[in-house]
Amino acid sequence: MTLVTARTGDPVVKAHNLVKLYGEHRAVDGIDFDIQPGETFAMLGPNGAGKSSTMKMISTVSPVTSGELRVLGLDPAADGRRIRARLGVVPQEDILDMALTVRENITVYARYFGLSRTEARHRADELLQFVQLADRADDQVRPLSGGMKRRLSIARSMVNNPELILLDEPTTGLDPQARHLLWERLYQLKRQGVTLLLTTHYMDEAEQLADRLVIMDRGRIVTEGTPRSLIETKCSRDVVELRFGEPALGTDDPDDGAARAETAAAHLRLRSERLPDRVLVYADDGDRALAGLAEHDVSAASTLIRRATLEDVFLTLTGRTLVE
Amino acid sequence: MLPSTASRPATAHTGQTKVPGLFVGMLRVFEHNLISYRRMWLTLASGVFEPLMYLLGMGYGMGSIIGDLSFRGDVVTYAAFIGPGLMASSAMNGTLFDTTYNFFFKLRESRQYDGMLVTPLTIGGLVGGELSWAVARGAIYSAFFVLTLIGLDLAEPLHALSAWPATLLTGWAFGAVGATLTSYARAWTDFDIMELIVQPMFLASTAFFPLTVFPEWAQSIVWATPLFHAVDLTRALALGTAGWSDLVHVAYLVVMGLVFGVLARRRLSRLLLE
Ligand SMILES: Nc1ncnc2c1ncn2[C@@H]1O[C@H](COP(=O)(O)OP(=O)(O)OP(=O)(O)O)[C@@H](O)[C@H]1O
Ligand SMILES: [Mg+2]
Repeated sequence: MTLVTARTGDPVVKAHNLVKLYGEHRAVDGIDFDIQPGETFAMLGPNGAGKSSTMKMISTVSPVTSGELRVLGLDPAADGRRIRARLGVVPQEDILDMALTVRENITVYARYFGLSRTEARHRADELLQFVQLADRADDQVRPLSGGMKRRLSIARSMVNNPELILLDEPTTGLDPQARHLLWERLYQLKRQGVTLLLTTHYMDEAEQLADRLVIMDRGRIVTEGTPRSLIETKCSRDVVELRFGEPALGTDDPDDGAARAETAAAHLRLRSERLPDRVLVYADDGDRALAGLAEHDVSAASTLIRRATLEDVFLTLTGRTLVE
Repeated sequence: MLPSTASRPATAHTGQTKVPGLFVGMLRVFEHNLISYRRMWLTLASGVFEPLMYLLGMGYGMGSIIGDLSFRGDVVTYAAFIGPGLMASSAMNGTLFDTTYNFFFKLRESRQYDGMLVTPLTIGGLVGGELSWAVARGAIYSAFFVLTLIGLDLAEPLHALSAWPATLLTGWAFGAVGATLTSYARAWTDFDIMELIVQPMFLASTAFFPLTVFPEWAQSIVWATPLFHAVDLTRALALGTAGWSDLVHVAYLVVMGLVFGVLARRRLSRLLLE
């Protein structure tokens, strides 16, 4: 596996043969990666791949089982407090204090980082503006919508001006507008030189934001690279999507259209992938592949030829979809 | 508009700057609670009034039937007898409530502690801060008690004041136990088991009767319970009959607070840093 190193300099995060065991279960099973200063690094992978477990080790709230981990050049086991002082963490699930107002959720946390009350208040107002929640500053947190809570979590994670921000599925549950706002804000942070580590189940998000990404599966890194390079090297150029009528539940009847398409693809020496609702056929020339399939009496209810995406890369590498 | 870098705290961005330490962490947790409870002063107030009702109802109501009692050779009214007992019990209840129900909520339901721990706060600061808050809350209740004892002429002002620190010790010792037990709780119903222990202990603790009313075999059981030591110590101080032998009570509560404080810290590291 080639390491696409963006820039030289001491990495912000460096993991070598990193392992996390929960009892007998290997949540993270020997991974290697490094994140360079100023880089936006994404972790993709299906549920249970070990993304959050990795993030928790980096944020020093989950001890490393074995292997090496350095965060901001420090050892999480020995220097947890020092690391956390320079880190921003947006956990997968919002942990907001329901007994506090929106603004207090930021000011109270600011105090844990050693800001004075005046600084905390000033900072809270800035950050609420930043995530467009200024008009809700004095409201209670409970009645906020899910997307607003998410934005508040993100604002709170930035209270200490972190050098590295860990965002665990930052845009899950956001409406498209809120998501674009967030992307734009993350760009701003990036321009400011902040290093970002994010997990996501959205391919477009990874393609938009990430300089580099890893795809994880079952605790391991399956592949690593820039979004473009992965699509170019790990997958065909085109993908033919074939949809068939409702298949009888639980049958694998060879007469079934999907099965016939798979056989035809094999004859054409094309790789195919059967999903619950469609069959994907990978080909460098989509039109020619579709014509070939038609010659083999494959008649789908609908067909679509499109460019390959990261999702296809993932399917190619693991035989599984990213969002399960 | 990007948050200005001008407001960047001096503490961020350099490796060797000062990061808030244990004691500061405790203070922040305390402050966090203070802000959370600002809007919940009614909850706090109820903790003051409930034991006072007991004192008035039982002390004067039952007291008129029971008459005077003897404590360490002094004859005292029934109200003067149970006043310090209730004061110690309310210190226990105040901290137990915080370190059980409230603690459990933040630990398991809202998972607030997980959020607090991704700051420079440590487990030690978290446990210390939560315990200090619980003790402070109990201390407010007992301060009202001190004033009531003085106001109703149930104790000499200086004696009543001297009993106040004993309730802080009581609160801390029970708070540490509460936090430790809560770390083992899996569901809200587990606290019913705790009530099953606390209620009988409260009734048998000598808050309402002198130890001598129990048969000899039962006296040693009562003597072994922590609330007995808290009640007896508080009463001895409030009635001005404390002596060196009361250091046994102090030692019992200090050891209890230390042992369970360490246990609570260890349990929470296991739960929160897994
Ligand atoms: N605290 C824990 N105790 C035991 N097992 C855990 C714990 N946390 C995670 N796991 C297990 O570790 C594995 C990896 O979980 P993790 O949360 O890291 O996955 P993920 O990649 O973040 O998945 P998702 O996309 O669903 O968030 C899962 O099998 C999970 O059940
Ligand atoms: Mg996760």
